[in-house]
Amino acid sequence: MMPDTTTLLGLCAAALVGLGLYGLIVHPQPLRKILAFNILGNGIFMICAVIARRGAGAGFGGDPVPQALLITAIVVAFAASALAVATLLRLHGETGDTSIAPEAPAGGKTGGH
Amino acid sequence: MIEALNLILVTMILGLAAWTIVVRDTFAATVGFLVYGLLLALAWVSLRAIDVALTEVAIGAGLTGALLIGAASRLKQVVTARGDEPGMLTRLMAGLVSAAVAGGLAACILALPEPAPTLAEAVAANLGATGVGNPITGVLMAFRALDTLLEATVLLFAVVGVWSLAPDRAWGGRAGPAHRSDPNGILAYLGRVLPPIGIVIAIYILWVGADDPGGKFQGATILAAMWTLVIMAGLVDVPPVSRTSLRLALVAGPAVFIALGAVGAAAGGAFLAWPAGLEKALIVVVEVALMPSLAVTLGLLLAGAPGRPA
Amino acid sequence: MTAGLQDITTPGGLLLVLAVLLPVIGLLAGLVLGGRHARSAALVTIAAGLAVALAVADAVLVSGGTLVYLMGGWAPPLGVLLRADGLSAAMMLAAAVVVAGIAVYAGRDFGTARGEPESRRSLAFWLLLLAVWSGLNLVFVTRDLFTGYVALEMLTFAAVPLVCLDGKGETIRAALRYLLFALAGSMLYLLGVFLLYGMYGTVDMALLAERAGPDVTTIAAIALLTLGLAAKTALFPLHLWLPPAHSGAPPAASAILSGLVVKGSWFLVVRIWLDVFPGVVTVTSAELLAAFGAAAILAGNLVALRQQRLKLLVAYSTVAQIGYLFVMFPLAAGLTAAGLDDAPARSAGLLQAVSHALAKAAMFMAAGLIYKSVGHDRIAELAGSARAMPLTLLTFALAGIALMGLPPGGAYAAKKLFFDSTAATGLGWLEVVLNAGAFLTAGYTVLVLAHALRPAGALLKLESRPSRVGELSALALALASLLLGCAAADMIPGASLAGAFTPAGILSALLILAGGVAIAGAFGLQLPWAGRGGGPAAALVALRRLTVAVGVLVVRADGALRQWPVATTTLLLAALAFAAVIAAGT
Repeated sequence: MMPDTTTLLGLCAAALVGLGLYGLIVHPQPLRKILAFNILGNGIFMICAVIARRGAGAGFGGDPVPQALLITAIVVAFAASALAVATLLRLHGETGDTSIAPEAPAGGKTGGH
Repeated sequence: MIEALNLILVTMILGLAAWTIVVRDTFAATVGFLVYGLLLALAWVSLRAIDVALTEVAIGAGLTGALLIGAASRLKQVVTARGDEPGMLTRLMAGLVSAAVAGGLAACILALPEPAPTLAEAVAANLGATGVGNPITGVLMAFRALDTLLEATVLLFAVVGVWSLAPDRAWGGRAGPAHRSDPNGILAYLGRVLPPIGIVIAIYILWVGADDPGGKFQGATILAAMWTLVIMAGLVDVPPVSRTSLRLALVAGPAVFIALGAVGAAAGGAFLAWPAGLEKALIVVVEVALMPSLAVTLGLLLAGAPGRPA
Repeated sequence: MTAGLQDITTPGGLLLVLAVLLPVIGLLAGLVLGGRHARSAALVTIAAGLAVALAVADAVLVSGGTLVYLMGGWAPPLGVLLRADGLSAAMMLAAAVVVAGIAVYAGRDFGTARGEPESRRSLAFWLLLLAVWSGLNLVFVTRDLFTGYVALEMLTFAAVPLVCLDGKGETIRAALRYLLFALAGSMLYLLGVFLLYGMYGTVDMALLAERAGPDVTTIAAIALLTLGLAAKTALFPLHLWLPPAHSGAPPAASAILSGLVVKGSWFLVVRIWLDVFPGVVTVTSAELLAAFGAAAILAGNLVALRQQRLKLLVAYSTVAQIGYLFVMFPLAAGLTAAGLDDAPARSAGLLQAVSHALAKAAMFMAAGLIYKSVGHDRIAELAGSARAMPLTLLTFALAGIALMGLPPGGAYAAKKLFFDSTAATGLGWLEVVLNAGAFLTAGYTVLVLAHALRPAGALLKLESRPSRVGELSALALALASLLLGCAAADMIPGASLAGAFTPAGILSALLILAGGVAIAGAFGLQLPWAGRGGGPAAALVALRRLTVAVGVLVVRADGALRQWPVATTTLLLAALAFAAVIAAGT
C-alpha cells in the first residue's frame, strides 16, 4: 500500500525541487534565493541518491558511481553558495541594499528623441 | 515500523523545507535550514549512502549552514523595498510552474526503469586494481580521478573569486572581524581543547576512508571547522591573503595531484593512472596532500572576502 | 575495462590534458608568486597554451584525425574520456587566439609596475582569465556530461568575479544576478544528468547516444539540460543578466565574457543535440530552439539601436548574436531526419561562433579604448572621436561589418552554408529573420560611426591617448573575423566565396549597408544630421515617430522580461514546453 522507501524518498526529492524552485523565483532577497537554491540542490541530490540506491548490487548498498558524483556535487554547491554569499555581502557593503532588481530600464529616456 | 519512520522523516524534511521557504524572518530560515540539513543526512543513511551522509552533514548542513547563518546575521537590518515584493499573480505563476516541474519529475522517478541500470558490478570487478576497499573512494580517486582533480580546481577558482570581491583598501588583508573573546571563557576553552581532538578525528576519517566510509572531504571539513573555531575564539587571527604560506597551502594539494597525475602519464601509461603496485600508496599521498589544502580552502570560503587591512 | 576501438587513447591525446591543465598550473604559479609575476605566469601559460591549441588543430583539422584520451586508463562507462574532433579543435584554437589577443590588450591596463604592491584587480584578472580558459578547453574536449557540469561551474565561478572586477556597486549587483541565474541553470543541467544516469547507467556521451530512446524521462532530461544551458548562454528571453554584466565589466573582461564564456554552454547544447540525442530530438523542437534564437536576433538588435551608451549597445548586440548560434539546430535536425550528414550545420554553427568571438572581443576592446580616451561612452557625444582615434573606430567598423555577415567574414560563410543546404527549404522564415538581423546590425554600426565621424565643434580633447598595443590587438581580432571566410573557403566544402564578389554579391552587400543607414535613421538614436529640411521631411518625421515608438515598445518588453520572477518563470515554462514539443513529435 505504502510506496517503498526509495520511491517515497524520490517523491520527497521531487517536492523539494518544487519548493526550491518556488523560493528561487519568488523571494526578492538574494540570501533567500541562495537558501532556495540549496534546497533545490538537495532535492536534485536526493534524486541521485535514489537512483544510486536502485542500482544496488555486487554487495554494495548502492551504486557507487552516482554516490561519488553526489559528493563532488555537494562540495561544488558549497563553493557556489560561498561565492554567492561573498558577492551578496560585498553588494551590501558597497550599496547598503541587496536587491538584484534592475535599476533603470535599458535605453534610459524613452520619450521623444 | 520502518516505513512509518521514513514517512515521519519525509514529513519533517518537507515541512522544514517549506517553512524555510515561507517564513518571513531570514535568520529563522537559515536556522531551519541547518536543522533540515541534519535530517537530510538521515535520509541519505536510509538510502545506504553513508559517505554521502557524512559529506552532507559536514559540508551541506554544517559548512553551508554556518555560511548562511553568518550572512543572515550580518544582513539583519536589510529591509525589502515595497516594490520588490512579489504580487499575487507572480506567486501564483511561480507556484504553478514549480508544481508542474515537481510533478513531471515525480512522474519521471516513477517511470525509472526496472531493473535499474547500474555500474556496481563494474566497480566491484575493477576495485581490486585500484588498491582501495571503499568503492566510492575507488570511483573518486581512480576511475573518475579527473573529476576530483577538477573539483579541487573549482574550489580554488571560488577562493580566487571570493578574494577578488575585497574592496581595494582591504586587499591583502584579512577576512571577517577580529574576534576577541574572554581568555577564560568557554569559547576560548573549547578553542584550546577541541582542535587536537578534531585533528585526530580528521586524520582517522581520512585514513579509514580508503576502505570504509570516510575520506578527505569529510576530514577536511572537520579541520576547517576546528580552524574556524580557533579563529572565533580569538586564539588565532585569519591569515592575510597576501601571506605566501597561505597561498602555498592552497595550491599544494592540486599541485601534488597534478604532479602525481603526470607521474602516472610517464609510468602508468595515462595521466592519473596509478602504476601497478603503487596505487594505494599514490592515492594515499594525494589524499594526504589534498586534505590540508581542502581544509584551508573550505575555511577560507567560509571566512569570505578580506575586509580589513593586514 | 574493454572499450570500443574508437575509445583508445590516440597519440597526441595528451595534448587535450595539457590544454585543460596548463592554465590551471599557470594559475597555481601566479597565485603563489603573486604581484607582477601573476601577469608573467599568465603570459607564459598563454604562449604555451596557444602552442598546444595549434598542435591540436594541426592533428585534427589538418590531418583529419580525432584525438582521444582515456583518463587514468579507464574507459567509459566507468572512466572519463576526452575527445577532440574538428569542432573541438577549431573552438580551442579560436579560444586560444582570443585569450592571447585579450592578454596583449590588457597588458598595460592590468599590469603592475616594478616595486608596486600587488593589486587586487590585476591579480584577480590574470588568474580568472586563466581559469576561464581552462574551463572552456574542458568544455570543448569533454565527452562526459558530469565532467561537463564541473566545467560549467569552473566557467561560472571564474566569469562572475570578472564582471565586478572594478568594484562598483551596479557591477556587483549585475554579478550577483548573473551568478544566481547561472546557478539555477546549473541545477537544471545537473538534474538532467542524473536522470540520464538513472535511465541508462552512464553519463558518457557516446554510450548515451547508443542507448538513448525517446521515453518520458529522457525527453525531460533533454529539456532540462537544454534550458539549463540556455540560461547560462543568455538565450532570449533568458538574457536578463547579460546586458548589465557585460557592459559593466572592464573591457578586457567583457571581451572574454561575450566572446567566449557564453559559447561554452552553447557548445554543450550542440554536443547534446547533435551528438548524443539526434535520434530523440525532433525537427519541431529544433525549430522551437531556433525560434528563440530568432526572437533574440530581432529583439536584441532593436534594443541595441535604442541604447545611449556604447557598452550597453555592444552587450545587446551580443544578446542578438547569441540568437544566430541557435539557427543551426533545425538545419542539423532536418539533415539527420533525411539521413544526411549534418556537417553543413556544424560548420555553419562553428563559423558563426568563431567569427562572433573574434568580432565581439574586438568590439568590446574598441569600446573600452573609446571609454578610456574620451572619458565616457555616450554615443551621442562621440563627435570627433573618429578623427582623434581613427584606428579604434576602424576596428569598430570592421567588427560591425564582420557581424553583419558581409564577405569575406566568417558570418557570411556561415550564412551561405546555411542557405545553400537543401534541407533548409522549410526554414524560409529563418532566412527572413537572418536578413533582418543583418540590416539591424548594420543599423547600429552605422549609427555609432555616424556619431563618431561627425566633426566636433571644438577639437575633441582626449583624456589619454589610446594605447597603440591595445588598438592593434583589437584590430587584429577584427581582421581575423573578417577574413575568416577565406580560411573557411579552403577548409570547409560548400563555403566557397565564389558568389561574394560577383556583381550580385556586391550589390547585396551594398544593400545591407544602405539598409543599415535607413534603419539607423529610423529606429536609432537621433542621427546627427537629421531634423533638417522641409517638405518630404514631414513624412519622414512621422515615419520616424512610428519606428521610434516600436523601438520604445521593444525596450519596455525587454525590461519586463528582465525582471527576475518573469525570467525564472519563463525558464521553467520553456523547459516544460520543450519537453512537451519533443514528446509530441515522438
